[in-house]
Amino acid sequence: MKKNNQPKNIDLGDYQYGFSMPEHSVHKTKLGLTKKIVSEISGVKEESKWMLDFRLRAYELFKKMPLPVWGADLSPIDFSAITYYLKATDHQSNSWEDLPQEIKDTYDRIGVPEAEKKFLAGVSAQYESEVVYESFDKELKKLGVIFCDMDTAFKKYPELVKAYLGTLIPSHDNKFAALNSAVWSGGSFVYIPKGVEVKLPLQAYFRINAEAFGQFERTLIIAEEGSSVHYVEGCTAPIYTTSSLHSAVVEIFVKKNARVRYTTVQNWSKNIYNLVTKRAQAGEGAVMEWIDCNIGSGVTMKYPAVYLTGRGAHGEVLSIAYAGKNQHQDAGAKMVHLAPDTTSRVVSKSIAKDGGRTSYRGLVHIAKSAKNAKASVVCDALLIDDISRSDTYPTMRSQEPSATIEHEATVEKIGADKLFYLTSRGIKKEDAEGLLVNGFIAPVVKEIPLEYSIELNRLINMEMEGSVG
Amino acid sequence: MLSLHNLSVSIGKQKILDDISFDFQPGKTYALMGPNGSGKSTLASAIMGHPEIIYSRASKITIGKKLDRRSGNIKNLSADKRAKLGIFLSFQTPLALPGVTVFALLRLALEKQMDPVTLHKQVKKYATELHIKDELLTRSLNDGFSGGEKKKLEALQAVLLAPQFALFDEIDTGVDVDALKTIAHFLKKHLPKTTTLVFITHSTRLLKYIRPQEVLVMKGGRLVKTGGSLLSQKIEKDGFDEIEV
Repeated sequence: MKKNNQPKNIDLGDYQYGFSMPEHSVHKTKLGLTKKIVSEISGVKEESKWMLDFRLRAYELFKKMPLPVWGADLSPIDFSAITYYLKATDHQSNSWEDLPQEIKDTYDRIGVPEAEKKFLAGVSAQYESEVVYESFDKELKKLGVIFCDMDTAFKKYPELVKAYLGTLIPSHDNKFAALNSAVWSGGSFVYIPKGVEVKLPLQAYFRINAEAFGQFERTLIIAEEGSSVHYVEGCTAPIYTTSSLHSAVVEIFVKKNARVRYTTVQNWSKNIYNLVTKRAQAGEGAVMEWIDCNIGSGVTMKYPAVYLTGRGAHGEVLSIAYAGKNQHQDAGAKMVHLAPDTTSRVVSKSIAKDGGRTSYRGLVHIAKSAKNAKASVVCDALLIDDISRSDTYPTMRSQEPSATIEHEATVEKIGADKLFYLTSRGIKKEDAEGLLVNGFIAPVVKEIPLEYSIELNRLINMEMEGSVG
Repeated sequence: MLSLHNLSVSIGKQKILDDISFDFQPGKTYALMGPNGSGKSTLASAIMGHPEIIYSRASKITIGKKLDRRSGNIKNLSADKRAKLGIFLSFQTPLALPGVTVFALLRLALEKQMDPVTLHKQVKKYATELHIKDELLTRSLNDGFSGGEKKKLEALQAVLLAPQFALFDEIDTGVDVDALKTIAHFLKKHLPKTTTLVFITHSTRLLKYIRPQEVLVMKGGRLVKTGGSLLSQKIEKDGFDEIEV
């Protein structure tokens, strides 16, 4: 294997993660998806018959199910032109030094080892199909906390994983959940025992390096009674002219009085279709918070959901979507109230510029038994120019007369007068736009750990400078 | 020195300013007066560079001591570039900027001139002098602020930006007498001695606090009269409607 650590020298614009490394693989499936390829993936992973059957059933569903007819245009996706499994290195490492040079360089440039030193309790890094690096605080391990990749979890704790896997998001939920169930690889497994509070965040980094590739990780988080955890994921990819697909499934179980916060800073390059199903179940007195920031990707369809199944459970989705040229962010939230005294809050902030399109698509469902449930939805859209577009598609269903739902939606254009005010202070127009946009998203950003909020503000400023796209 | 030469401007298809020429001297204080709709605020926007302003071909705005009137025309410069040349405008109705604090604004505006720690100290110091409540400094600028609070924050920004030519568009409206005294005193104390101060107002109340050396009167988009303290006193007594053109 020829060693060439120099990243391909292409014009990255302002997307600093758009570099690519030469592709290497120890195992790569042929283009396209067949029953044989599904079996091949399962075979490479040396899985049990249970999992092979799970995959094959899902594959049959995937073939039968139609593409969603609502939301973003997915017709350009050519399922036969994608590589569904690519293993870049033979072994998983718990030291950056042991990784192949190119992979190590990639994460250095993204800044992962640096972040790990500073403020993380655990780090997992997925490169193509497999998790290549993992580190985890020893003290937490002693307390019984599990943080590992899903493949390992399924081998080490098969009964635990089987009891939860696919129970919140069954394979037949939607075409992309079926696809993920058929070809899934990697992702995180997090188990927090009763009463354990994990103070520092656990972070997973997802990197796609290969061209015309599909990444299908699957994440499962179980927070037992009274426990708490903050899980953070970040995603980047090189800029290619062909499209790649990222289709993850994330299931989270928040038990009685437990608390889970799941933060995403999605910064895929613009050739990525990002079609993700995320769902959590919150038991009695539990709190589930999704903080979802979608800055990158060409097309995103993602609607994090909370099923509030226990009395007094609380669900939140705080989201930021940015759509520039040739981007469509179709994102939102689902809150399903199934128990009394449950509460939910959705705050969605979207920004569209240079002909980009943002859509808020949300569901609030209050079932008959959910006495005194309270739901609040606020979605604010900001348009930077006249050629960009923003839509809101809210669905509200209440079968419980004692429940209350509040909904508020605003669309605002960045005003010439506000820009004049700021530029009259000597601030350049692009910086003034950045200031206004960062001000607009500030209510959500302040919920994000400082390290990420700085990164997010920086990303927004870069997008505002206009040379992207 | 900032000079206007044959300044005529339109907004959309409507002509608003008609052939205004005037030289503003450094270090002098002016009052720009006139009834509502006489074009005072448009003149301020035209000097600052609002993007909606359309200048006639003959119009010139020059800055500095240059005698050659063909050079130094700033009428095609954007507002931020004019600000960097030392022009400042205090707005009649400062807009609310959700999520943007006065610190964030000034940090960007003074990016290369002042480090954030010094800036923080300076803002605090001036805010105390102006009796601006601390919490206003960390809130969204002008969002839910009273009239007086907004104008005090305009004055604070003026002093930190230390312009050579400062326009104050109705710094007196929505401001009580005590606050007005505080603002006027603050500006006179802290703005550089060489700064030209232009106070736009349609009331005479402001005059006794700012003591202008020269008064300019506008009517119907034209500069109709200029004069010294005598004119100022006459306007204070009789109002500017009585001024003979």
